[in-house]
Amino acid sequence: MFNNFFHKMASPKYFYTIAGILIPWLAAGFVLLFLTGLYYGLVKAPPDYQQGDSYRIMFIHVPAAWMSMFIYVVMAGAGAIGLIWRIKLAEVVAISSAPIGAWFTFLALVTGSIWGKPMWGTWWVWDARLTSELILLFLYLGVIALYNAIDDKRTAARAVAILALVGVVNIPIIHYSVEWWNTLHQGPTVTKLDKPSIHLSMLIPLLLMAFAFKLYYAFVVLMRARCEVLDRERHTGWVRELAEKK
Amino acid sequence: MNLTEFFHMGGYAYYVWTSYGIALVVLLLNVILPLRQRNKLLGNIARAAKRTRRNTT
Amino acid sequence: MNSDSLLRAFTLLLKRDLTLAMRHRAEMINPLLFFVLVTSLFPLGIGADPKLLQAVGPGVIWVAALLAALLSLEGIFRSDFEDGTLEQFLLSSHPVSVLVLAKVLAHWLITGLPLLVISPLLGVLLGLPGDAILILLVTLALGTPVLSLIGAVGVALTVGLRKGGMILSLLVLPLYVPLLIFAASAVDTAAAGLPVTAHLSLISALLVLALSLSPLATAAALRISLS
Repeated sequence: MFNNFFHKMASPKYFYTIAGILIPWLAAGFVLLFLTGLYYGLVKAPPDYQQGDSYRIMFIHVPAAWMSMFIYVVMAGAGAIGLIWRIKLAEVVAISSAPIGAWFTFLALVTGSIWGKPMWGTWWVWDARLTSELILLFLYLGVIALYNAIDDKRTAARAVAILALVGVVNIPIIHYSVEWWNTLHQGPTVTKLDKPSIHLSMLIPLLLMAFAFKLYYAFVVLMRARCEVLDRERHTGWVRELAEKK
Repeated sequence: MNLTEFFHMGGYAYYVWTSYGIALVVLLLNVILPLRQRNKLLGNIARAAKRTRRNTT
Repeated sequence: MNSDSLLRAFTLLLKRDLTLAMRHRAEMINPLLFFVLVTSLFPLGIGADPKLLQAVGPGVIWVAALLAALLSLEGIFRSDFEDGTLEQFLLSSHPVSVLVLAKVLAHWLITGLPLLVISPLLGVLLGLPGDAILILLVTLALGTPVLSLIGAVGVALTVGLRKGGMILSLLVLPLYVPLLIFAASAVDTAAAGLPVTAHLSLISALLVLALSLSPLATAAALRISLS
């Protein structure tokens, strides 16, 4: 049964149709979780005794940072699958994930910077996490740039898979080296996240937002993947029919 | 907590609402861009198909 | 293929690249000059205060080495790509990763080693104390091969592209960051008179990792670029 599923999934047309069905449901799930998370995070959770209400930025910043790393791993994994088993759909998912991951990284950086202003007094700090996120953004941009620079999209997908895999090996190295560097040059900064236990009223919105963002990634990557499929399959009959129906 | 207090965010209104606002923009952008991309692609493909039909008949 | 002919292929390729480089000796000077020039620009730009120079010296020298390595790396596969030799490498019965290793070694001997030799001079220019200069040499000795190895992956990915050079920097520089952090920190720590075994161990670990993994990644990337 699974064999049949994978064979079907290897067909771009089947994927396009299935994705089209899944997207509205995933989007609805996202909206639900997101709004609930917003309510719990902005209204129900009490202000922090140290940071007042500014800590609420955490409910965007932390899930965004989590997504930036999660998406990179998915991108590298899909790239590896596409490289090893030559599955077109894996290539498509990999490259569709790159801009989404880049945007989440950007969001993590910007919200981290904005949160940092009232906390540390400046817009940018070479905090270990922010610095690693910045480098992660460059890794994403490199993937996107390399893909756009190669004309043949199948070759491009394979090249980008190698790059993503090299990057994924480097991410823990980069993260720990930056953390190490940061502890040498700056005193440890006390952030809300360094506390060993997080209060339930703050944990709930955090987790809600984290799951909401995962659903968001799911439906948005499917949207982008459908575009990529249309682009790659533009000369096939089913795509032409689809285009002329509109 | 009344509405004014809520928007005031304990004095951090500017920071909190800018962050959430940027988040909203990013989330919306990543939905709108693929939608527009899809319509553009389908339009291009349809036009190209029409052209080849005209050229071969 | 037995290991004897593999060793022969390796040494032949190494000798060939070195001979070719020797024929264009003038070109070998360029990365070196760049290295010295960039390092010298910093005192001019930030002022000649000896304390300040000593504080930024290790980082400056290492960033300059990074950039020099990146600049010189572009040519590692170019001429072979253009005359078809690269395709021959892929078609040969030898594992491509070993051939890549030979080319990277040649590249390091030609560009990395000279940087090593001139670095004490630069250390003196920026007022680094003797201990620091020694550690600078060690970090460069361990680190410049890493630069060549990691850079080779980037070059292999971009070898067929028109504007490959610009993308190369974007791809490779983020990967250089850990090495930069450990190396500059090692020299800094040595300047303060503290032990640097931890730093050097980490850099050695990076070297071992790069030696084992990057020729494989480079070979895979070459296959993709030439497909």
